This record gives sequence, C-alpha cells and structure tokens, in this order.
Amino acid sequence: MLNFSKINVLIIYLLFLFIGVFSVLNFQNENDRFIKKKINLGLDLQGGSYLLLEINSDNLVEEKIQSKVIPLKRLLKDNGISYKDFKISKSSLSFTSDNIEKFDLLFYSRKDNTINPYIDNYRSHELKYENINKDQIKIFFSKFGLLTINNSALKQSIEIVRRRIDDVGTKEPTILQRGEKRILVELPGLKDPERIKALLGKTAKLNFRLVSDNDEFGTNKLISENGEKLNVSKRIIMSGENLIDAQPNIQNQNNEPTVSFTLDRLGAQKFGRATTDNVGKRLAIVLDGEIVSAPNINEPITSGNGMISGNFTFQEATDLALLLRSGALPTPLLVVEERTVCPDLGEESIKSGITSLIIGFTLVILFMLYKYKVFGLIANTALIANLLMLIGLLTILEATLTLPGIAGIILTVGMAVDANVLIFERIREELKTEKSAIHAFDSGYSKAKITVLDANITTLIAAIILFAFGSGPVKGFAITLGIGIITTLFTAYFLARHLTSLVVLNSKNKEIKI
Amino acid sequence: MINYNFSSKFKHANFLSLALFFISIILIAFKGLNYGIDFKGGTLIELRSNNTEAYSIRDVLKNMQLGDVNVKKFGKDGDFLIKVEQKNDNNKLIPEIKKNLLDNLNSDVNFRRVENVGPKVSAELLQSGIMAISLSLAAMLFYIWIRFEWQFSIGSIIALFHDVIITLGIFSLLSLEINLSIIAAVLTIVGYSMNDTVVIYDRIRENLGKFHRLDISNIANLSINETLARTIITSVTTLLALFSIFILGGEILRGFSFAMILGVLIGTYSSIFVASPILKYFKVSYKTIEKEEEKIVP
Repeated sequence: MLNFSKINVLIIYLLFLFIGVFSVLNFQNENDRFIKKKINLGLDLQGGSYLLLEINSDNLVEEKIQSKVIPLKRLLKDNGISYKDFKISKSSLSFTSDNIEKFDLLFYSRKDNTINPYIDNYRSHELKYENINKDQIKIFFSKFGLLTINNSALKQSIEIVRRRIDDVGTKEPTILQRGEKRILVELPGLKDPERIKALLGKTAKLNFRLVSDNDEFGTNKLISENGEKLNVSKRIIMSGENLIDAQPNIQNQNNEPTVSFTLDRLGAQKFGRATTDNVGKRLAIVLDGEIVSAPNINEPITSGNGMISGNFTFQEATDLALLLRSGALPTPLLVVEERTVCPDLGEESIKSGITSLIIGFTLVILFMLYKYKVFGLIANTALIANLLMLIGLLTILEATLTLPGIAGIILTVGMAVDANVLIFERIREELKTEKSAIHAFDSGYSKAKITVLDANITTLIAAIILFAFGSGPVKGFAITLGIGIITTLFTAYFLARHLTSLVVLNSKNKEIKI
Repeated sequence: MINYNFSSKFKHANFLSLALFFISIILIAFKGLNYGIDFKGGTLIELRSNNTEAYSIRDVLKNMQLGDVNVKKFGKDGDFLIKVEQKNDNNKLIPEIKKNLLDNLNSDVNFRRVENVGPKVSAELLQSGIMAISLSLAAMLFYIWIRFEWQFSIGSIIALFHDVIITLGIFSLLSLEINLSIIAAVLTIVGYSMNDTVVIYDRIRENLGKFHRLDISNIANLSINETLARTIITSVTTLLALFSIFILGGEILRGFSFAMILGVLIGTYSSIFVASPILKYFKVSYKTIEKEEEKIVP
C-alpha cells in the first residue's frame, strides 16, 4: 500500500491541484473573472425572498363548465334530442333525456368534436358523463380534462408571474414550476417582498361594462370607487386581453395620477362602437370584480387610446399599469410558503459561519498535532487539501451554499480526520506485532481500508437521502456533507497515504513512532 | 494497552438505555414535540428593534387578536422572535403584522427574517421529514445486512432507534423546537452513529475469525478496547467542530448543533453499550460468520 508509481503520484497531485484551484475562483474580483464559476450563496446568506405560489383552478373549472352550457344545449336541439331538468352546478351539468344512446354517440365522437374534444396526448376526452338514473346523466371533466385545464393555467400563470416580476426589475429572479400546482419564486437580494406579493396576489382581470339605470336582468350590483351602488351590466364590452400597453402618468389639470392605455385593433373597434352607441351613459371600469371608476362617456373614443382615473396614488397607478401590461392571471395565486431573509442578517450569518469554521478548523488541527505529531501534520495537510477540494468541487458544480451548508463543511472538518485516525490507530496496533515499520504501515492501510469505506458510506447514504427529501437550506447541508465525504476519502486514501509513504520510506531503519 | 471491562457493564448500561428509551417514548407521546412553523404551519418574524421590550411587542400583537402568539428574545439585545400560529393560508397577515408593529412600537423596527408556512406545505414537510428518516434507517439496515450478518444488522438498527428516540426525547423534555434543520441533524446522527457502530462491528467480525476460543462477550470487549482510541479521538474532533458551531455559529444553527452534539454523545455510547451487547444476546460466534462465508463461496 505504500508503493506509488510515478504516474499515480502525478495523477493524485494533478487531480488535487485541478480541483483545489477552483476554490480560489471565489476570491476573484467580481468584475474581471476569467472563469465565471463560483459558489452561489443561498437566500439565507445573501438575503432575499423565497415564495411558493399555488394556483387554484376550481373557479376555472366552474367557468369552463359554464361555457359548455350553450353549445351543449344547441347540440341537443340540433339533433332533436329532447331534454329537461337541465341543471348547472359548480363542477358539473346534468339533464334528463330519453335518448341517451344518441347523445352518447355525439358526445364521444372524435371527429370535429368542439364540445368534448379528444385529447390525443392522454387518449381521453375532455369531458365524461355518468348515469345518475337510467335517463338522467351528469357531465363533468375527466381526470385528464382537469389536468389539461390545470396545466394550461399553470403555464400561463408562470408566464405572467415572470412578466410581472421582470417588470418590477429585481435582479436575477428564479421562477420555476414545482409539482402540478405550484410555482417557486426566488428573489435574491430583495429586502421586502410585500409589493411583489401584492402584485402577484391580484389576478388583474380588467373589463369595461356599461352602467345601467335599473336593476334589470343581467346586471351585477357593484360598489363604485366613491361608495355609490351601481348596477353594472354583465355584458363585457371589452376586456384586458385587448390591451397592448398601459402606462402611469400625471394628468396636467389636477395633478392626478392616472393610467393611460392603448388598445389593439380589435379592442379599438369594440371600444369605439360601444362608446359611439352609448354617449351619455356611464362606463364602469371593473378590475377583479371591483369598480375602479365609472366615468361618463362624453364622446365616442375611436382612437384606441384611453385613460383610467380612480383616486390613485402614483405608486398605485404604476402598479395598476404594470398589472395591465403583464396581463391577467387565469386564477388567483396563493402564497403557501414564504421565507425572507434580510441581507444584513445574511451577512451576519456568513460572518458567524466563517468564524466558527476557522475556530473549529484550528481546534481540530491543534488536537491532531498534539495527538499524532508528525503524522498529525500529514492528517492536517490532508485536511487542508480536503477543504480546498470540497470548496473547489462546490465551485465546479456551482452549488448553492447555505448556512446549514457551512455547518456541513465544519462537520466535515470534524469527521474527515476520522479516516486518518482509523488508519493511524490501526498502524499503531500493527507496529506492536510487526517488526518492520514498513510492513506495519502497509498492513495498517490495507486492513483499515474496508472499515474506512464502510464507515463513510453510511454517512454518504444519509447525505443522499437528505438531498432527495430536503428542501432549500437543508439541501445545501446535504450537498456539502456528501461532497465532503468523497473528498475525505480521496485525501485520506491517496494524499495522506502518499505523504505517509514518503515519511516511512525515507526514515529507512530509524524507529518510527506514531 | 487500555483495557476496560466494558462487557461487565453491559447489563447496567442496557437497563439505563431501556429506561431512557421508554421515558423518551412517553415524553414524545404525552408531552409531545415542539414543532416549529416548518411542520406546524404559521408565521415567524425575527426583528431587531433597539428600544423595545418583548412585552410591548406582545401588547401590539394582542390587540390584533391573532390567537396563539409567542414573543421571545433571540440572541442579542434588541433581537426578538415572534411566532404566530395560523390555521389557514392568509396572505394579508404578514403585511398587517408588520404595519401594526411599525405604527405602534415607538422605535425603529428592522424585519430581519420572515417565514410563513401554510398548513398544506407544513403537512407535506412533516411527511417528507418522517419519510427521510424512515428511509435512511431502512437504507442503513439494508447496507449492514449486505456487508455483515443479520444479527449485526438488527444490532445496529436498534442502536440507531435508541439514538434517534433519545435525542428526540431530550428535545421533548427541554421543549426545544423541531424544524427542518433538526431533521437534517437527526439524519446526520444516523450516519454518524452508524459509522461508529460499523467500526466496532468490523473489528468484532475480524476478531471472531481470529480467536475461536473467546466467547462473544470477550470478543466484544476486546474489539471495543482496540477501537476505543479511535472512537474517542473522532468524537473529540467532531465535538470540537460542533461546539464551535454551537457557540459561534449564531442563533439559527444553535438547535441544529445542539441536536448533533447530543447525537454524537449518544451515538458513541450506543455503539459500545447497545450495538455490541445485542450481538451477545443473539449468541453470535465465529460460526455465525463462517456460515455466512460458506454461503458466499458456494
């Protein structure tokens, strides 16, 4: 075990140098890095906000099932299927008919079926039905129909979340899908996420509807910005989808902040026609079911440009413009998990982490020197090399370092010497029975090999499981612990062994004590 | 050479272990574990405010009628930790609390850390925490079963249970918070304790093959003594590192490093006084490992 060929020695040291040198990259000047790699700091160290958002597609399902009512009734009528007791509930439709067989054929037809399209990917129809009695059925979304609704809502939400966050202008945000219903948002360096949370909490569904004088059929009672109850028609003249731009500005006459908007061609047409036909009436601007303002239509607006006023502060106008520009979210988003760390706490954490690393490291080094003298020096050299390689590997992988991650490094320092301790203790035992020191060292290394492997693999298993199940900061701990074990094995079994062999082989006939 | 008679103490030690184990189970069952917001859901706010006392923060929050609120000093003077229990997702809660504190405390308030975990997420985190610990125990059991004989596998797993349960029992006794980092600590303890046990088991197996005349008590005793220097030195270096985190690493790592310190102490004890005697109860002898070798080489 003590004989190294020249090529092996070369490989060992080159590998160490190659990996170790990467640890230096972290100390480069931020502006002129020649290799871009570095360890990223987790949100708990650099400060910032972690948000987990969840979509709720229930109301989308409701909307979608309602949109099926008219086409479905038309289908029944066009094909001469008589029906009665047509009922609409939150997630299903039901009716009674004496010709369910004919309906079945139409309902599950795969050709040009606009009511119940066939989803090729899932080999399933969007809707399915169930018999309540012999001639009464209930129609609802199939598992895959629901999945399709959910997935498209999630995709759209991610896109809009991205637009809104980009518009606010935070640095390097991360926006990712997490599971089937969630969006993960990481905002490094952000001190206070409340504005972003408020912006993401609004669906921002904008529409323009006429105010009617009486509470006739087809109106909603909504409360306007100055507290009056208005009957607003359910018919939507134009919605936010037709907006191509929105900007905050200050009106010249009274210094009031407003939001001006520009419509696309179709929107301009719709808006122009509606305003032309309804001069003198009031137009309600409704955002998420609340009236922002309800101005009088003084003259037809055909230019495709308009303005919303509504007692805004400039900040509110800015945010509204941002929301309108980014488009409406398909469903409301709920923040189901939030973790925000202020950058100055992160800085303190780094400081205390590094202090305890230095102190822990020094204590271990002194203890090993005291315990093993010359071989303590070897173990310590291996330990320093271990630390450099660990940091080097973290750099190569561009891993994220968290506060528990730093704890993992310190723990690695404490546990890494174990490999060398195991070997040295074994050699001590061998020296008692073995005459030749070289033989004692040799068999010490080979006998301890299995034990060292066994002992480290158990910790590695724990680290891997932690990595698979852990989230955020804990994952950072698993990474440093796991990589630490690999570098420990390398430095103990190659570097330290080679250094030991140099000492032993050069001492020739002198007695060696360990 | 050091030669303590460990095996004569096995009985007493096992009695102590059993007692501690059952006390811990009773504590966990009846007193319960103090779950942090990671597993219980709720809101945590760490703030720094120099001329404020905990009771004035408490007063402000009491007026908001939030239900179960806990305010305590956290580390340095002027640092406080607020915990608010919360049953449903409510995205307006944090801004409201912040606003109330800013308006009503007559001093600067710096919100240093805000965490909010909804009920669904906390249930999932708890579930995956339990999964992770169970899976790691299973993985260890499997690994030892491959590398050693089944008696060793059972012995090491009992030692692991012993370590995990007693560590959690102490956490329950002292009402210390169980959060995500404690799960990480428990898993590391599992790895560390296993590591310690494996070193002794390796030696026991080697000695079983070497000394056919000695019975398992003597073999265990011999093996423990032979590896004792290593056991102590490794515990010392690990504890040096851990104490350095515990004292200097800041408030956030304190619970984690405390759990680890407990785990290292209990894990070291259990490899000597729990894992080794179990081999004796299984009447392990050199024949046990010989049979195994015959199996491997057909």
